[in-house]
Amino acid sequence: MQLALFIIFGALAVAGALNLLLQRHPINSALSLVVVMMSLAVLYWSLGAEFLAAAQVIVYSGAIMVFFVFVIMLLNAGEEERTTGSRAAYIVGFPGAAAIFCLLTFVFLSERHALGTTNIGGYLNHITSNISEISTILFTKLLLPFEVTSILILVAILGAVVLARKEQ
Amino acid sequence: MSAQVPIAAYLILAAILFSIGVAAFLIKRNLITVFMSIELMLNAVNLTFVAFSHMWHQVSGQIFVFFVMVVAAAEAAVGLAIIIAIFRTRQTLNVDQIDLMKS
Repeated sequence: MQLALFIIFGALAVAGALNLLLQRHPINSALSLVVVMMSLAVLYWSLGAEFLAAAQVIVYSGAIMVFFVFVIMLLNAGEEERTTGSRAAYIVGFPGAAAIFCLLTFVFLSERHALGTTNIGGYLNHITSNISEISTILFTKLLLPFEVTSILILVAILGAVVLARKEQ
Repeated sequence: MSAQVPIAAYLILAAILFSIGVAAFLIKRNLITVFMSIELMLNAVNLTFVAFSHMWHQVSGQIFVFFVMVVAAAEAAVGLAIIIAIFRTRQTLNVDQIDLMKS
């Protein structure tokens, strides 16, 4: 079952990412990014991270992508046009990305025996759930960083309001 | 007993998504799409964090992902506000025409 989940949703994630790369219209790219994020949520769940699977659906594909779609609609973004800069980017972009991919894959494949295998649902098949374990650490050991992120969010909200405001 | 997936497969999937994100970041000419490819790269890195957290049987990696999500949300808010401000002053989203600092 783990293998089936991995193959189906891994292929879906790669297809969505390629669609993001190939589509010309930003709204199509945004919707294919939603596909990538939803299939990544399933992969998180199969790795035993239920809390992150839910947070991925709610925060990423729920909040952030809706925000992206709003901005695309607000700015009435149309199809992108080809320019001289895009031709140079094609020449540099594909080999660069392929080189990064080859390097990472080489490292992972050469260490694959040390990395081991997965089992579905993770190691947490006993009573304590993933959420309670995360929240225990988050509210005891990492309480200060957790509170600092709330200040970060507050500053980001204020910054967004100030930046997007119309000049008087 | 079902077939098991090696951790390396998850990491290679994350590497594929990250490379597609890098390629999209370099090739796309629309400011919003460039920003979306940054989100794709962040998601790929999150997948490696979750895979390693599964491998080491610790939730620290998942807490990292939680903080990455929070920072990504803040970054999306500020970044899209900047994009709106740029569009308001320059009337374009093409990155080739937003080159005030170049010349």
